[in-house]
Order: sequence, then C-alpha cells, then structure tokens
Amino acid sequence: MVPDAQFASYYGRPVIKEPAWKVPDVPVYLFLGGLAGASAVMAEAAWWRRLPATERVGRYGAAVAAAGGVVALVHDLGRPQRFLNMLRVIKPTSPLSVGSWILAPFSGLAVAAAASRATGVLPPLGRLAGVGAAVLGAPMTTYTAVLLADTAIPAWHEGHRELPFVFSGSSMSAAAGLALLAVPPGEAAPARALAATGAAVELASSQWMTRRMGFVGEPYRSGRAQTLLRTGERLTAAGVAGALVGRGPGPVSRAVRIAGGAALLGASLVTRFGIFAAGPVSARDPRYVVEPQRSGVGRPPVR
Amino acid sequence: MSLLDRGPDPATSSGYGEHPPRMGFFTDTSVCIGCKACEVACKEWNSLDEDGYDLLGSSYDNTGAFGAQTWRHVKFVERVDLSGSAAPMAPAEPDTLVGEREPDGEGGPAGVDGLSWLMASDVCKHCTHAACLDVCPTGALFRTEFGTVVVQDDVCNGCGYCVPACPFGVIARSDSDGGAHKCTLCYDRLGAGQRPACAQACPTESIVFGPLDELRAQAQRRVEVLHEQGVDAARLYGESPDDGVGGMGAFFLLLDEPEVYGLPPDPVVTTRDLPAMWRRAALAAGVTVLGIAVAVASGGR
Repeated sequence: MVPDAQFASYYGRPVIKEPAWKVPDVPVYLFLGGLAGASAVMAEAAWWRRLPATERVGRYGAAVAAAGGVVALVHDLGRPQRFLNMLRVIKPTSPLSVGSWILAPFSGLAVAAAASRATGVLPPLGRLAGVGAAVLGAPMTTYTAVLLADTAIPAWHEGHRELPFVFSGSSMSAAAGLALLAVPPGEAAPARALAATGAAVELASSQWMTRRMGFVGEPYRSGRAQTLLRTGERLTAAGVAGALVGRGPGPVSRAVRIAGGAALLGASLVTRFGIFAAGPVSARDPRYVVEPQRSGVGRPPVR
Repeated sequence: MSLLDRGPDPATSSGYGEHPPRMGFFTDTSVCIGCKACEVACKEWNSLDEDGYDLLGSSYDNTGAFGAQTWRHVKFVERVDLSGSAAPMAPAEPDTLVGEREPDGEGGPAGVDGLSWLMASDVCKHCTHAACLDVCPTGALFRTEFGTVVVQDDVCNGCGYCVPACPFGVIARSDSDGGAHKCTLCYDRLGAGQRPACAQACPTESIVFGPLDELRAQAQRRVEVLHEQGVDAARLYGESPDDGVGGMGAFFLLLDEPEVYGLPPDPVVTTRDLPAMWRRAALAAGVTVLGIAVAVASGGR
C-alpha cells in the first residue's frame, strides 16, 4: 500500500533553477526554426511536383526564418560575441551542440538556395543547396523538442516522448500558413492538406502528452501556459477552417485564405510560447520536482 | 546505448590515463553548527561578490539559493518536537514558544526543550553522471583529473543550457559577465595539494575533503555510530553509485528527508533518457517529411 504523500520542502523554495533562457528569444527561435525547417522540406517537395509559387515561398520562408532564428539564438547568449564557440566541439550528449551543427549548415544552405532562386545565379548549385536544406530541415522541426526535454524541468522532461511530435505538427502548420499567404488559388490545395495534417499531428500529440503526464503536466493546464496553448488551439482551428473555406479565385476567398494562413502562423508562435511558459512554472514549485521523484515517476526498472 | 555508456570512475571514462584518485566532499550535517565559515571562505578564495543583503525570513539562512556568486549555501531548518520519527517537520510555528513542547529524550541533534535545528552546508555535487557537463555545447564544462566538474570561464559562451539541466539547481548564469559559474571544488587549490577553502575553514569538520572511496567508508562508519546513539534519522544522501546521477562526488549525511533540506529525493541525470529522446525526434522528423510529401503530392498537378 502506498502511504499518503507527505510533502515537505525547504521554505517552499525551488529545488531546481528556472531556465536561464530569455523570452521572447528562445520561444521565438522554437517557432522560426520549425517554420524554416518545414518550409525547406516543403520547397523541395513543391519543386518535384512543379508548384513554383509554393517552392518560392518555401525557399524564401526557410531563408528568412533561419536567419531570424540565428539572430534570436545569438541574442539569447550571455556572451553573444562568443557564439562561434558553439561549433568548437560536437557533442551528441548536448542537444544544443547537435542543434548548432544542424542549424549552421541549414541556415547557410537555405539562404544560398533562396539567393539562387531570387537572382537566377547558378541554378544547379541553388537546387543542390535546396536539397541539403530540406534534408537538414526535417530535424530542424523536432530537435528543439529534445533541447527542452533534456533538462531537469519536470514539465519539459516528462513530455519528452510526445514533444517532438507536437513540434513537428506545429512546424508543418506554420509552413502551410506561410504558403496560404502567398500562393495562387491553383496551388492552394497542397497548403490546405498540409494545414490539416499539421493541425492533426500537433493537437493529437499535445493532448496525449498532457494527459499522460498527469500531475507533472499541470503547468500546461493552468495560468499563462494554458491561456497561450488554448489560444494556439483556437487559432489552429480557425486557420484550418480558413484554408478549407477560402478555395475560390475571388477576393473574398483570397482574404479568407490569407487570414487562415496568418492564423496558422500565429498558432504555431503562441503554442511555442505556451510550451515554454510551462517550464519556469514547474521549476518554481518544488512539488513538481519532489513528488514524482518520491512516487518513482520517471525511474526505469532496476537493471 | 554507447552514447552514454559510462563507467563508475568519471576521470577514467573521460579519457584520463594515469590520474589521481577521485576527490570529493563528505558533508556531515550532524556536526554542522551553521557558522557559515564555508560560505565566507568560498567567497574569499574565489573572489565572489556578494549577491544581496536581504533578510529572507528563513531562520539564519539569508543566502537563499545557489547563484553565480554563491557556491556554498548553509541551510537552516528550525523544528520543534524531535520524537525520533523521520517525518518531516515544518519550521516552528511563530506562536510556538521554546519550552512549550515536551523535551525530547532521543539523542537528536541539539535538542533543547523540543526545539531542534537542522543545519547543512550545501554545495555542487560533482555528479558521476553530470547533466551540466553532458549538455554543455562548447566544452566549457569539463571533467578534471580529480573526477570533479569545472567551468572553463574563457570558453563558456553563456548559452545557459547547464542551468535548467542541473537536477540540484546548483549552476547559474551571471548577470554581470553572462557566463555560467559554480563550485570548482577549488581546482586551483587541489592542484597545489591543498584542501578546498570551505573544508579548510570548517571548524567542526562537518565538511570533510578527501578521496571519495575513503569518504564513503568514513560516512558509513559515522552513520552506524549515530544509529547506535539512537539518531535513527541519520542517513546518507548521494553516496551510492547506483543512484540516478551515478553517485555524487560531494555527498551528505542528513538527519531528515532530503526535501526538508531542499534537495531532490531521487535525482536522475536528464541525459539518461537522451537516446530515447533522439529516437523520438528522428521519428517525428520522419513524420514531418512524410506529412509534407503526402500533402504536396496529393495537391499537386
């Protein structure tokens, strides 16, 4: 029989430290990195299917979002002038090291592919860069989930099974949102399908995550994190609806489509802020650290 | 699992050939008198600034928490009624006067008229499996030949990843210089054959410095002595190589549950789950590719 949990703490003070990462730098990077990665994959898929407008928006979106993401990450450093130290070593035990080695070549290739597309200079090399960016773009959409989960923060760590899928879905719907903003009605079908796919993956995996986590998942279901995540869900629903309704060639249809695309981008952004916001909350309250450890949550069977 | 296949001796698994024995701290809180000489000696030796002179309303603990400038932290818990049970007690109620409770007969620490103290000098645990070191992307955090974990200040770029990775809330990023800082187990003094400053300054030898093997044996003997004296609550924290961090290089003898001292009861190095996390992330990246490919293909012309 399990005795009633008796909770003791040292003056109610936190056991672990809150993340030192800055807001908005890091949540914005989570959004931009996912958008950039999915856009690069989308651009390559669009090239194969001869959808020039989708390809173009994917290439440009990947380049701009990747560059913006690099700026956000460097700005977050305590010593930004030493950002190149990120590439001093390769450490598979550090998701930030692995991520830096994904992000650095990815952003270079994405910018090169976009530059070639925009100027028409060296199209074969531009294409090759685009393929490289697409290959690295896929892990760009999910490694950031490992970045958060590989910490002692209970709300992030205990979600490590589902968080990569949440981020994958969020990235797909962001790229779909970007495409909806720019493509003509004749090319909107793929973006519509992608919006629905991304929304389904994201909503299903985030529901599954917070349910499975139980008590440790509480920070996602209360306060600011809940408000942000609910807003994200509503925007996602609105975005998918806009994408499905705004099919026609007329101006009204176009406006609905664009509003839907903007809603999807907004959804991905606020969702990242919501996931991030749960971290400090669960670090601040020692119950989230002590009680799961007391009840053996997160412990593997004795080897 | 080769990613994290690590032996029990951290210096050996970090690639050192010939190296000195693993050094560490055994902090015996049963003889701590709360003088804070360790905190002062640490600040003095390592040239650490003060970080605030606030009165925190938590007994004599006005230090609060570890920080970039605070590498030793003496904790104070005031308790009434030491009935010998290990049940954690809240700090004394403000309206409970000394002498109101029955004096405790058990040989608890400093039991006077039912009022008792827990005092403990907390420090970086220099874990066998150190999350801060694992997640550091620059290699600024490294394992020394003594098996300790140290930040190279000239390499650290202030990414802050080590801060939420530590299961004990030890390491912190400085607001003034942007880098991460924590206890070095006085790496500079060890190299010169000296004891760390805190151990040198401790007047009761509550902080014992030495080879970890010897410290573990000494701690075991000390627990047995205390149990013989009737202090049933005495227990070791972090001495076992089988715990979630592979054993701590700085471990403790406590007189109550770890969480009463603000310590996690069963800490686990977060990177233990990293191989599983990478597999999940790879799978999810596959979902991204598949989702986009199918969506674009289905809508293509």
